[in-house]
Amino acid sequence: MALSDFPRLGFDPFVELRRMQSEMNRLFSSGFSATARDFPPINIWLGDNSVVVTSELPGVTSDDVTINLQEDVLTLEGARRPKQEQDANWQRRERAYGSFSRAVQLPFRVDPDKVQARFNNGVLEIELERLEADRPKKIQIRAA
Amino acid sequence: MAQEVRTVEQQTPATTESGQRPAPRPVFLPPADIYETRDSIVVLAEMPGVAPDGVDITLERRVLTIRGQSATREPAGYQRVYNEYADGDYERAFTLSENIDRDRIEATLKDGVLHLVLPKAETAKARKIELKPS
Repeated sequence: MALSDFPRLGFDPFVELRRMQSEMNRLFSSGFSATARDFPPINIWLGDNSVVVTSELPGVTSDDVTINLQEDVLTLEGARRPKQEQDANWQRRERAYGSFSRAVQLPFRVDPDKVQARFNNGVLEIELERLEADRPKKIQIRAA
Repeated sequence: MAQEVRTVEQQTPATTESGQRPAPRPVFLPPADIYETRDSIVVLAEMPGVAPDGVDITLERRVLTIRGQSATREPAGYQRVYNEYADGDYERAFTLSENIDRDRIEATLKDGVLHLVLPKAETAKARKIELKPS
């Protein structure tokens, strides 16, 4: 953007305009990306020989979600059902309802017997351990 | 009716008046469902990661403010490798058009969803008005 000559005068009336423009751009870009977001959002944490997958699932109980593991692909499936309310006059409906499904590829193969999943205030945490056979091995060099 | 009061913007760093937290954290607008029944106004707000003791609800005149402080859950000894959501706090304010019976407000937090029932005050309830015989 072209700079104005006003800074020499000690003030710049266009500063506010430019700030507004960047603010608008920011609002629009964040708004559009939010609608394209996958549900539920997932974070992946990597440990030495384990991986933790966390996901924000507010309003979903452990009965509403199924976790599947096939090879190194973890799938979260479930549904969020709206509360049936008689003669309710809706003023705002921002929360999404319906079924969801997400698949994540893990960085390594995991032991299906050593998976722990728990819900914490609407955040699902799944801890998976790397398969014993899949762990990196140190190779000794034999003296010739 | 509940009108939203825009006090916070999405994903701007938090500025707390108390200054309890050392590092600034993002503050999110929690998505909310609001509906009105004959007797009350019900607010459902999504605040994943917030424990029941981290919720702060205030009603000042007709401005309802809900705040949630997330309990940090970064798994110890783990490194973040993929990121789709950020851990942060929640804050949102609404202006209610109805008078609320403050003594009977009920708030529960279950599975990261705040459930707020605001009973209408007797004076705010719809009433049938009889015509006086002239």
